[in-house]
Amino acid sequence: MADSLPDPLLRVDKLVRRYGGITATDNLSMEVIPGELHAIIGPNGAGKTTLISQLTGQVMPNSGTIYFAGRDVTHLPSYKRSRLGLARSFQITSLLKDFSAIDNVALAAQAHDGHSFRFWGNARKERHLRDAARAALERVGLGKRADIVVSQLSHGEQRELELAVALATKPKLLLLDEPMAGLGVTESARMVALLKELRKEVTIVLVEHDMEAVFALADRITVLVYGRVIACGVPDAIRKDEEVKRAYLGDQHAVTRHG
Amino acid sequence: MMPKLNVSNAVAALLCAALVLLPVYSAVTGNIFILTLFTRIAIYALAAASLNLIMGYGGMMSFGHAAYLGIGGYAVGILAAEGIGSGFIQWPVALAVSALFALLIGALSLRTRGVYFIMITLAFAQMAYYVASALSRYGGDDGLTVYKRSDFAGLINLSDRNQFYYLCLACLFGGLYLIWRIVNSRFGLVVQGVRSNEQRMQAIGFHANRYRLVCFVIAGTICGLAGALLANNTDFVSPAVMYWTRSGDLMVMVILGGMGSLFGPVVGAIVYLLLEELLSQFTEYSGLILGPVLLLIVLFARGGIMGLLGRMSRG
Repeated sequence: MADSLPDPLLRVDKLVRRYGGITATDNLSMEVIPGELHAIIGPNGAGKTTLISQLTGQVMPNSGTIYFAGRDVTHLPSYKRSRLGLARSFQITSLLKDFSAIDNVALAAQAHDGHSFRFWGNARKERHLRDAARAALERVGLGKRADIVVSQLSHGEQRELELAVALATKPKLLLLDEPMAGLGVTESARMVALLKELRKEVTIVLVEHDMEAVFALADRITVLVYGRVIACGVPDAIRKDEEVKRAYLGDQHAVTRHG
Repeated sequence: MMPKLNVSNAVAALLCAALVLLPVYSAVTGNIFILTLFTRIAIYALAAASLNLIMGYGGMMSFGHAAYLGIGGYAVGILAAEGIGSGFIQWPVALAVSALFALLIGALSLRTRGVYFIMITLAFAQMAYYVASALSRYGGDDGLTVYKRSDFAGLINLSDRNQFYYLCLACLFGGLYLIWRIVNSRFGLVVQGVRSNEQRMQAIGFHANRYRLVCFVIAGTICGLAGALLANNTDFVSPAVMYWTRSGDLMVMVILGGMGSLFGPVVGAIVYLLLEELLSQFTEYSGLILGPVLLLIVLFARGGIMGLLGRMSRG
């Protein structure tokens, strides 16, 4: 099957990450094809965020290899991966809280516009950075909130800003870690609509708990359980997969037990 | 960006005007003491402003900043003792050695964060203190007298009280202007971004530590200049200027005036040194009063005096 697919943009090969006795990523291999929206789902503790963090370089794997755009990036620090075109949004919103929305986005644009050892000129007056930032903010529907300090933005707006920051780095691959987390119904719907637009322009890996959103958006879905891939395929195939059903049923039990 | 008219900016402008006119007041009233006091204040304000660059804007809590006061001072003092009296040599050397020292300790200490960073910068400054104490050729523990102030080929006479005051003031204003430009530049935004959220800055493509290190070196160099001025002011340099309590004084000035506010360290230096001077007339335990004042500021006026003024203008 792999022969019929185009060269993957991202290839993960036998990735392993252990934390003490727990194997959060267990011999995990997967591929992301250019242009697709690839969702990663799995019950709590399946190692989704650990995987994303290894892809972006915040966490280093114990073994295995990560190829991005044909290049081995396994040991590259995160700022270098960002320059290659890997961008992420964080599950727990991670912004510069005391900066305005537009400053957050403009800094992302600045990071990909040569070095920043410029000590004299006023960076807030650099037109092309501001324009790029404004465009990214418009993109996610925050055009009118550009000058608001992040800590004054609503949770939903902060999630959208996360996305604008990632977009401003002009990524080849966008890794979204639960962009819907904590959003209300209307906000979620807006986010889904936004992602539907974005997927036309950029390859996306989406980690998400909201199954409705996942099945509405994804071209392919990879299912993780205990750090292992138990299934990978188009949404219809995943829906029918017995092992997936069992895993999620198991999780339900776990939820009722703990909850 | 035109500075907005509000209470804190008005206070800053008034203070600047007062500082510029001080020698006139001193000449009219014949009060020489106030001029020498404010010369010292201007020098410490410059040192505190440089500390504010890394501490307030960069989030790097250096507890060894006074080391540069000593390094800048010793560069001037040692060269003078060896018969090199020209400021055109002494001062660039003072700046270069400070920068080098900052580069060295920055490269090592910036691998750590939080309390470890505080402790390691403190340790390096104490090392500098003990090295200076061991320089028996240059006075060792007793310090080194600078018999002749830096010579600038007749351009400016550092032994003239007024000229020296204006030189210190010019260095202070120049330093503040430089810091203001830096803080609003691309570089400055990155440094402040790293203070706010380092992980985020790495994720969008910045090599955080490289920017931190350069910022650390700039701050050290500016403080080295303050050290060169201080040695000329006191005609003397001793290991005591590098002692950890001096670094503490600088931190207190920054916190008192307002971390991350351009003019805060100046206000902090004025208030701190004036209080110290005033209190020393009544008691030798000035710390007994200064301590609680600082405590109140930290508890009730986050952002220091400038922060307090800022809140006043917002009502």
